[in-house]
Amino acid sequence: MDKIPILRMGQFLLVTIQVDLYDRLALDLEADLVKMVDKTGARGVLIDISAVSIVDSFMGRIIGNIGSMSKLLDAETVVVGMQPAVAITLVELGLPLKGVFTALNVEKGMDLLKSKIQFSTEDDFDYESESEDDKQDRFSLS
Amino acid sequence: MSVITLAKDTMMVVREQDVVPFRNRVKEHASKIRMGVVNQTKLITAASELVRNMLRYANGGLAIIEVVSKGRDNGIKLTFSDKGPGIPDIALALKDGFSTGKSLGLGLPGTRRLVNEFSIESEVGAGTTVTIIKWANG
Repeated sequence: MDKIPILRMGQFLLVTIQVDLYDRLALDLEADLVKMVDKTGARGVLIDISAVSIVDSFMGRIIGNIGSMSKLLDAETVVVGMQPAVAITLVELGLPLKGVFTALNVEKGMDLLKSKIQFSTEDDFDYESESEDDKQDRFSLS
Repeated sequence: MSVITLAKDTMMVVREQDVVPFRNRVKEHASKIRMGVVNQTKLITAASELVRNMLRYANGGLAIIEVVSKGRDNGIKLTFSDKGPGIPDIALALKDGFSTGKSLGLGLPGTRRLVNEFSIESEVGAGTTVTIIKWANG
């Protein structure tokens, strides 16, 4: 059976879609990716769709789903390499892929993911540096 | 001016795996008449939506690819006919965001925006036929 390979690269997962996806393959990828995020504790997912010539509403929904599911597992998703014709078609179709980060190519996508993660680790640092009293305050407020 | 059919290709679509070969067939015909990449992408995306509808709601059906010409324009005409449950309210089905399935409800209205001509006929209990035309320079 066909399968889209998921590569691990440090804190990130890398997926390059080289074939036209039929539904089953797309659904499997969605499930595999989310499982993989959970298993590896990855902080970012990069999906390269530069070889994909068609993104229809189903495929768009899968991409959106991967983004939201990964977000719930504390990983950001960046879609890179969308062909211009695909972008035009998606907007006219009425599917602007809100909620998914995009970048022009893999390199820029990696930079975007790194910057997203840096932000969140800085946040973590701030919480830890707070005094015990502050923490207590926050808990009592909530 | 009337639409003349220059070539015709018929394909049954009954399984999910038939979708990609069907799209490739549409692409072949579209590039043969020198349709631009953006228009090709729009046409194939529209075809993909309609084939998917046919599979989901009617367990598949017949897809016809035609190379047509009207005056100086060449184009691709696609006809999708199924013997599914039919659409009781076509106006509602063409509205953005309406879906009886679990989809986003973009299929029909989105498809209409992507092509030059769009028509739909449906009879409840008998089936649905959707026809679209995309002109090479449309």
